[in-house]
Amino acid sequence: MSAEPVRLARRPDGAALVIAAILAGIAAVIVWQTSQMRVPPIQARIGPTVFPYIIAAGLGLLSIGTVVSAFRRGFPPREDDNFIPIAWIIGGLVAQLLTLGWAGFSIGTGILFAFTAKAFGRGPLWQTIPLGVVFAFAVWFIFAKGLQLSLPMGPLERLVP
Amino acid sequence: MDTFGLLAEGLLAALQLQNLIYALIGVTLGTAVGVLPGIGPALTVALLLPVTYRLDPAGSLIMFAGIYYGGMYGGSTTSILLNTPGESASIVTALEGNKMARKGRGGPALATAAIGSFIAGLIATLALAFVAPWVVKFALAFGPAEYFALMVLAFITVSAAFGDSALRGLTALFIGLGLGIIGIDLQTGQARLSFGIPDLLDGIEVTTLAVALFAIGETLKIAADRALAKEEVLAVKGSIWMTKDDWKRSWIPWLRGSAIGFPIGAMPAGGADVASFLSYSAERTFAKRPEEFGHGAIEGVAGPEAANNASAAGTLVPLLTLGLPTTATAAIMLAGFQQFGLQPGPLLFTNNASLVWALIASLLVANFMLIVLNLPLIGLWVKLLTIPRPWLYGGILVFATLGTLGANGAMSGRLGPISFSFELLLLLAFGILGYLLRRFGYPIAPVVVGLILGPMAEQQLRRALAISQGDPMILVHSPIAITLYVVAAAAVLLPLYLRLRGRGDVLGQLASDED
Repeated sequence: MSAEPVRLARRPDGAALVIAAILAGIAAVIVWQTSQMRVPPIQARIGPTVFPYIIAAGLGLLSIGTVVSAFRRGFPPREDDNFIPIAWIIGGLVAQLLTLGWAGFSIGTGILFAFTAKAFGRGPLWQTIPLGVVFAFAVWFIFAKGLQLSLPMGPLERLVP
Repeated sequence: MDTFGLLAEGLLAALQLQNLIYALIGVTLGTAVGVLPGIGPALTVALLLPVTYRLDPAGSLIMFAGIYYGGMYGGSTTSILLNTPGESASIVTALEGNKMARKGRGGPALATAAIGSFIAGLIATLALAFVAPWVVKFALAFGPAEYFALMVLAFITVSAAFGDSALRGLTALFIGLGLGIIGIDLQTGQARLSFGIPDLLDGIEVTTLAVALFAIGETLKIAADRALAKEEVLAVKGSIWMTKDDWKRSWIPWLRGSAIGFPIGAMPAGGADVASFLSYSAERTFAKRPEEFGHGAIEGVAGPEAANNASAAGTLVPLLTLGLPTTATAAIMLAGFQQFGLQPGPLLFTNNASLVWALIASLLVANFMLIVLNLPLIGLWVKLLTIPRPWLYGGILVFATLGTLGANGAMSGRLGPISFSFELLLLLAFGILGYLLRRFGYPIAPVVVGLILGPMAEQQLRRALAISQGDPMILVHSPIAITLYVVAAAAVLLPLYLRLRGRGDVLGQLASDED
């Protein structure tokens, strides 16, 4: 694959080591939380703590396996991802999350729509946000009025009796 | 009553107007999502679950099954005309199908895919009808220990047997299993891993996880792709109809594909993608003109397309008879059954016989609808491919959050004066998880299967150990259980052996990615 496979093979895959650490961390949290549970003695043997311990043990082993794989460069090559569009989409989801409660479904979701379009290179926001709000309002109308789904209401939604 | 009688009764139920409408909605939606790149049947069923919980159970399940079948049909269109598979089971179709389209033979490629799907769907659905009662008889003898062994086997085949790394497959599975522990333990009422957050007491919703991993994770991954080539949609030129020679070269691959696909789907041995890949290699081996492979051999479209439909029907065997999902779509359909208070398994065939047989019969009906939708109306579906990406993915995220809010719209989180939906926060977190899993080459389906099957496996394990009063030997007490463990061990060790012998790349292409 590479011109210098030998030198590459000696340097462990940093991201894979981070993944291994996260897996070990999750295993530790499961063990810690499960050990805090008070289990009545009658169920001690096959109670609600057995399965979490099994899973924590499995995650621990997988963490070790991931470390080995990191040293052997066992992970597939990673693409050179562009993080700016990712930031736009996550930003859109966070904006929707924080506005839904008081601005209602249409406005919050309209922002998400516009930010996602922006991530795929379509703008400007002052055009796409109104478009998104109109689209989201139509969706809200169909699902909240037609299918009785309970969706957050805001000033726009209250205009519809 | 014998199978014919039950099937005939089911057919009468399936032909009721209401169920016909549900089936039509299902196959139409399924074809559409199969055609659209980036969304597959698993995501669609997950999005529709919250919308349908007020509807009639039989109708909703018929619709879901229609989506599953439709997705398998529609995926081929994208593969052939765009060279970007609409869903993972159609990756192989792109190999030959797109070459055919480039040569101006897109019409016959689409036709052989649609007719092959139809024939395979017909054969496999009939096989489902005849195999299922037999499996049910067998499954009634299963105790908790055997069920646990069966689930271990399913865990292994879903996560470790295929894909390019058993390590990453198992890691994905254990992430799902770990998420499955969260919430109140059903047997003792104790909270586990809920960190004092009331929203976590009910556990993680399968639909929230699936929508996040498939819709948001996939959108993030595609948005991040710098090398996003401008794909051109190839127009369908010339006659859509196959020539006499095309027919002659297609009918054996159709039958062979069905024969490969159904058992692969039925014996928890991986999803439709595995079946289509195996069928492709079989066709290449048996081809009279192997030199045409790679340049648009019609056998390479006919076989895999038949195989992926047959395996979709096959997947319903373990799902309906054992309650065992072996693909992400099946896992979400299981969640759909549970939403209506139905538990798939041998008892479903005795307690809800009419529903099961109506469902199986409506698959036959859906299959007829699909051939009509896909042959004459192909031009309509091709138009879907021209939706610009910004609007397509914007719309996907709108519906992803809509479905999540519809399932649980409580504004229970708080950040200062602003209240927010905790479920959407989970959606965001799992969406980022989905992106990271894709970035580092982890498969997605095992996470979803682990979340839904983990708690079920735990229940069977504890039940078995309660019967034996804690003696773990009960787990390997019966020959059935031992056989299942041996098969599971083989499913791990055989690929390991193949990888060591340098055949890993073949398995890598079998990666069970999505549906």
